Amino acid sequence: MNRMRTMLFCPANQPKHYINAPVFHPDCIIFDLEDSIPPSEKDAARDLLCEALLALPFGSSQVCARMNSLRTPFGEADVRAIVPAGIRFLRLPMCESADDVSALDELLGEVEREHRIPLGSVKIQCSIETARGVLNARQTVSASPRVVSLSFGAEDYTRSMGVGRSTEGTELLYARMYLPVVAAAAGISAVDTVWADLGDTEGFIQEVQQAKSLGFSGKSCIHPSQLSLVHDIFMPSAEDIESAQNIISAMKQAEAEGIGVVTVNGKMVDEPVVSKARRILIQAGKGDDCNE
Amino acid sequence: MNNIKNRLGRDIPQELSGIGTLRPYEHPDKRTERCTALNDKLCCGKLVSNLREAILNSGLSDGMTISFHHHLRGGDYVLAMVMDEIAALGIRDLTLCASSLTTAHGCLIGHIKSGVVTGIETSGMRGALAKAISCDCILDKPVIFKTHGGRARSIESGERKIDVAFIAASCCDNMGNMNGCTGKSAFGSMGYAMVDARFADKVVAITDNLVAYPACPVSIPQTMVDFVVCVDAIGDPQLIGQGATRNSKNPVELVIAQYAAQVMIGSGLVKDGFSYQAGSGGISLAVARFLKDYMKENNIRGSFASGGITSAMTNLLEEGYFQALLDVQTFDAEAVSSLLKNRRHMEMDAQMYADPASKGTVASCLDVMILSATEVDIHFNVNVLTASNGVIMGALGGHPDTAAGAKLAIVVAPLLRKRIPIVVDEVVTISTPGDNIDAVVTERGIAVNPAHPELEERLIRMGLPVCSIQKLRDMACQLTGIPEKPRFGENIVGLVEYRDGTMLDVIHNVLPFSS
Repeated sequence: MNRMRTMLFCPANQPKHYINAPVFHPDCIIFDLEDSIPPSEKDAARDLLCEALLALPFGSSQVCARMNSLRTPFGEADVRAIVPAGIRFLRLPMCESADDVSALDELLGEVEREHRIPLGSVKIQCSIETARGVLNARQTVSASPRVVSLSFGAEDYTRSMGVGRSTEGTELLYARMYLPVVAAAAGISAVDTVWADLGDTEGFIQEVQQAKSLGFSGKSCIHPSQLSLVHDIFMPSAEDIESAQNIISAMKQAEAEGIGVVTVNGKMVDEPVVSKARRILIQAGKGDDCNE
Repeated sequence: MNNIKNRLGRDIPQELSGIGTLRPYEHPDKRTERCTALNDKLCCGKLVSNLREAILNSGLSDGMTISFHHHLRGGDYVLAMVMDEIAALGIRDLTLCASSLTTAHGCLIGHIKSGVVTGIETSGMRGALAKAISCDCILDKPVIFKTHGGRARSIESGERKIDVAFIAASCCDNMGNMNGCTGKSAFGSMGYAMVDARFADKVVAITDNLVAYPACPVSIPQTMVDFVVCVDAIGDPQLIGQGATRNSKNPVELVIAQYAAQVMIGSGLVKDGFSYQAGSGGISLAVARFLKDYMKENNIRGSFASGGITSAMTNLLEEGYFQALLDVQTFDAEAVSSLLKNRRHMEMDAQMYADPASKGTVASCLDVMILSATEVDIHFNVNVLTASNGVIMGALGGHPDTAAGAKLAIVVAPLLRKRIPIVVDEVVTISTPGDNIDAVVTERGIAVNPAHPELEERLIRMGLPVCSIQKLRDMACQLTGIPEKPRFGENIVGLVEYRDGTMLDVIHNVLPFSS
């Protein structure tokens, strides 16, 4: 599992973003083929993304594409073009049911076979953006082993609810509390919605802190200035990192010595404790420390 | 003892042991005119009725050298109005010695073509004039580009004699006491003009704000001024520099600035009493913001900041992060206001700033200097004078002076501008030698001059993205490909003079790209 503290949105039709986005070291760059691209530019944006994937380095950042829904005339063309060009991570917008994911899973299988790409290479992030999507989220994320993550999209969600957006975000609470639970139960990560008001840094920080406390592992971002704030908030404390490292090394040592029960500082270490330690080290960018 | 009677009838010995020859008083120098309250301004001062009269009175004639300052930046009206008057008087074959030339000075194209101006010495050149010189070879003699310190040195030494200095002032009295801090066209420090005033044979002050004697404050005193002319306007306030310099929100610039601040911190130079200079560009201003955060966190108080002063620097002064500002050029209205009201914000002339022949420059007292670049090459040589296409479009300014003087000279630049790589194999024009550059900071990596391995080690230990300058070049080329080089002709259109008067490089005329 890669850490997914930040997913930086970049409209796929703007060349400068391909060049500059890696400079800001987001955990993931998400090139958008969907909402930020007008229909008349869909083809050009897709072509540009394909060329960029083949030609440009993206540094340490994972690269994702937000494709168009398969219910639109553009979704299938997106998949058939950008997967052969190298995309291995797709955000599927407007996921409302397991069928949405199954349809993509099937198409991906076909494209992978056609281009001799190992089956299952392309992973999916389900974007939950409607009331129906929230209620069906458990089934949706379980519809394919390709699903490694879910994300929440507040704009379309509030539209589907018929409510407005408030600074406090009360109208989002149910979804923002429920979706991390779905993700945790499925063993995948959950990425929170974007914060659009770039002038309100304090509000942004509060929302990121809340996202962390609710169980999200990261946040979608629309501007590089948001990245370091999110990274700082999602960075585990030095104490937590040290404790996690102790737990993992004690567990490894016990396994090597064939000891069944492990204790660290007098406390028993069981599977949930080890899982939590692993998550902490991944968030701290020390995922290698927990590789077996 | 032989005595002689002076004019007042007193016996004065002609010679005294231990003193030498004595001269008896002969003439009273009491002025002869008698002023009235109505006409005192006219009869007491050096005020002449118009520019033509000032030019005629100055004795300007064919083959002489005239000078101008560029404190009015892109809003300057003075150079054009003086040159038009000179041309109308039929004076020709002049050498124009300007502290810099801006986009406001396109009028010189006509004066060059008509033979009024036959030589130019300047720190920089932009716009239509620069293009006409680079591409159309309109000037027979090459332009001599001098650093701010080098210009002061050449004027002070007599290597460059100025016959008539035309000095724009936003405030002046009838005796020639002047400043740039007050009036509708206020621009701040008169640092570059001070040297011209001190050494020129004749000095003409040109103002749009004639005030009652004495003008206050006095940046250039009446002792240096021959004539005063009052005109309607010396410049366009909108283009001189208004308001406060704005902070950059460009995320790439902010990444560069953050790295640059960390390089400064990593060098160990940012401690109590340290000194700092940076330009007025977005990256430089952002560096100051990150620097302030670090100084605040660590309770550090600097000694001085210098050079071109912006409101970003005056805020640091007012908040106590620096004890003083030394201002050779003021960039915005808020900084002009600070120069007026804050005694620790001090005007300095170009000699004090950077003249390498002086007995001590501010540039040589600098700990850290943040520098910009049009291009940097793998030998750390910097170009700030010509564009990647070879056309003149910039200025040496104090770049080479401060790079030489500062303990740590950091070049900040994006790795790419549009589709042009900034770190290259060989810069088009060398304006600052790489020997004087300690680090190049881009958004994708930091290259430390191999002459400073200890600094490189420190930065690596801090976790900064340190790499070789060749790696930066490679990264740039990977993104842009290898750009086509400009095509140059045989004509030398510019000479790049180092601060000590030696020649760093030559600039050839640019040929159009072949289709």
